[in-house]
Amino acid sequence: MDKNILLYEQLYTIRRFETLLLEKFSTGVFHGTTHTSIGQEANAVGILSHLVEQDVVVSNHRCHGHFLAYGGDPQALFAELMGKPAGVCSGVGGSQHLHWRNFYSSGVQGGTVAMAAGMALAEKHLGGDAIVVDFMGDGTLGEGIVYESLNMISLWQAPLLIVLENNHIAQTTPAHVAIAGDIQKRFEAFNISTTRLDSSDILEILPVAKTLMKTIRSKRSPQALIIDTARLGTHSKGDDTRSEEELTKLWQNRDPIAIHGTRLSEAERDAVHVRVDARIKTAFDHALASEGGQP
Amino acid sequence: MTQQVPETVLASLNLGLHQALQEDRNVILLGEDLLDPYGGSFKVTRGLSTRFPDQVWTTPISEAGITGIAGGMALRGMRPVVEIMFGDFTTLIADQVVNHLSKFGSMYDQHVDVPVVIRTPMGGRRGYGPTHSQSLEKFFLGVPGLTVIAPFHLSGKTLIGAPGELLYQTITKLNSPALFVENKLQYLLKLLSPADMIEYETTALPSEGNLDFPFYKLAMQSAPPSQLTLAAYGYMAHLAVVAMKRLAYEYEVFCDLLVPTILAPFNLEPFYDSVRQTGHLLTIEEGTLSLGWGAEVIARTAESLGNALKKSGRVASKGTVVPASHDLEAKCLPDEEEIMTKVLEMV
Repeated sequence: MDKNILLYEQLYTIRRFETLLLEKFSTGVFHGTTHTSIGQEANAVGILSHLVEQDVVVSNHRCHGHFLAYGGDPQALFAELMGKPAGVCSGVGGSQHLHWRNFYSSGVQGGTVAMAAGMALAEKHLGGDAIVVDFMGDGTLGEGIVYESLNMISLWQAPLLIVLENNHIAQTTPAHVAIAGDIQKRFEAFNISTTRLDSSDILEILPVAKTLMKTIRSKRSPQALIIDTARLGTHSKGDDTRSEEELTKLWQNRDPIAIHGTRLSEAERDAVHVRVDARIKTAFDHALASEGGQP
Repeated sequence: MTQQVPETVLASLNLGLHQALQEDRNVILLGEDLLDPYGGSFKVTRGLSTRFPDQVWTTPISEAGITGIAGGMALRGMRPVVEIMFGDFTTLIADQVVNHLSKFGSMYDQHVDVPVVIRTPMGGRRGYGPTHSQSLEKFFLGVPGLTVIAPFHLSGKTLIGAPGELLYQTITKLNSPALFVENKLQYLLKLLSPADMIEYETTALPSEGNLDFPFYKLAMQSAPPSQLTLAAYGYMAHLAVVAMKRLAYEYEVFCDLLVPTILAPFNLEPFYDSVRQTGHLLTIEEGTLSLGWGAEVIARTAESLGNALKKSGRVASKGTVVPASHDLEAKCLPDEEEIMTKVLEMV
C-alpha cells in the first residue's frame, strides 16, 4: 500500500476509535471516564512507527492513541473501557491504566517519568539494546518528581526519549497561567539534548523522531522532543472552556487527519474511511457482546 | 567469602545486603550517601560500594525520584533496594508507593512483578527532633499490594529470621514491593542468642504467604499461665522483652509476648491462642496512638475472639511532635516503665 495511505489509515484509526468512544459514551456502555487524543494522533504514529519489538512505551492518562499506534487491539481497548474481562487489563485498569506487552500507562502524571527513567536504566544495566519512549503532557511539568527524574536521567544517561506533547492546556488551565519561563530550557538545564517541533503533520514528525531514536540507540543516552500540538477535543468528555472561535481555528489549522488527508485523493480517503469505520465498529460490537461488565 | 557471625542488628542487616548483592547482579542499592568510606548515614550499607561498585548507586536527595525509578527498574527485571535515609522522609515517597509500585501488580491485571524493597530507619531517642525521629509506618499499613516488614533482634542461629536473613529473603524472594522498617536504636541491639534467651520460652509460629517469616511467641520459662498478652514489633519488642522479665521477677505478673515480623498484610491468626488464654491484650508501638497498628490489632482480635478478649490497652507515643530535648523526648516516647505500669493496671 502507498505509504501516505498507510499513515492516513493509522491516524484515522485512532480518530475513529476516539470519536466512536465519545458518541457511545452517552449511551451508557462505557464505565468511568476517558481522555481522548483527538488532534494529537500524528505524535503517536510519528514516533511509535520507529519502535522495534523490545522497546518500551510509557504513556499517561491520554493514552488511547499511543496504545493503538503501538499495535494495541481496539476491541480489547473498547472492552477495557466497558469494564469487561476481555479488556486489556480485564477492566481493572480502565481508560488510563493499560499494560500490554511493553506498553504501560498510568494516571498519576509525574511518576510515569520516574517509571520510564527506571525502565531505561534497567535496559542499560542489563545490557539490552531496547530504548524507552515516555509521553508526557505540558500539565505534567507542574509536578516536582519530573525534575528529580530529569536530573537522574541525565546523570545516569538513560536511553530514553521523553516526548512532551505540548497541547498548551492542562484540563481547563491554559499553559500561560500555569507555566513560567521556557519549556525547552527546563530540559536543557539538565543537559538533555532537546528538539522542538511545532507541527501536527505526520510527515514532519516522522523524520525528526527517526533521527532522535537512532541517536538514542547508538549513544545509549537521553533525548527530549517537544512537539507543540493541539488538543482538538475536550479534556475528558464535556469539560472544555475554550471559545468556539479558538477551537474552530485549531480545527482549521491543526487537525493531523486533514493535514495529511490533502495528500490523498478523495477516493483514497473514502476507501480508508469505509475500511476503518467498519473495523472499529466491529471492534466495538464484539467488545459490547463479550461477557461481563455492567449491563 | 568467610563472614563473621554478626553480633548486632546493624551487622546482620549489612550481611544480608552483602549476600543479596553477591548472589544477583540485578540487585542494586539506590540511596543517599551510600558510598564508602561513609557507607550510609547509619552504616547499614558500609562496604557494599567497595565490593559491588556497579550495584550501589548513590543518589541525589530525590526520595520520590529514586523510588519511582526503582519501580521502573523492577518492572523491567531488576531487584532494586532503596534506602530512605530517615523514616520521616517516607512521606516524600508516598505517591510512588501507594499510587505506583503497589498498584502495578493488580491494576495491570496480569503477571507484573515489582520487586522493590524500601528500607528505612524509623524511631526516636537520638535527639534528632521532630522531623527525624518519627515512626510513620502506620501510614503504610493497609496499602493493597504493599508488604511491610519489621525485623526482630533474634539470632538466626537459634531461630530462623535474624534481621539480615529477613532482609535477604525479602530482597531475593518477594516479587512485590515491600517497606522494610528498621529502627535507629534497634541497629545497636545485640542479637539475642540462646544463652541470652535462657529464661524465656521462645517459639517461632509459622506464618502464611509468600514469605515464610515467623511470628515469635515469648513467655517466661517454667512460669504459671500468662495473665496478659503483649504485642509489639521492632524496637518496641526489645522493650517488651525486658519489661516482661521485670514484671515476672518484681511483680510475679506473667505475660506472653507476640512479635510479628510481617506487619502488613495483617495476619493475626497466630495471636489468637495466646489472647484466648489470657483474655488481656496490650499493644505497644512507637508511632502515635490514633488509628495506629495497635488499634487494628485490637479491632481484629475483638472481631475474631468476641468476648474472649476481656480487656485491651495500647501503649504508644504521645500525640505531639517528637521533641529534640532528651527529657522531653523521653516523655513523648513509650518506655519499659510505661509498659509495666499499663500491664499492672490491666491485670
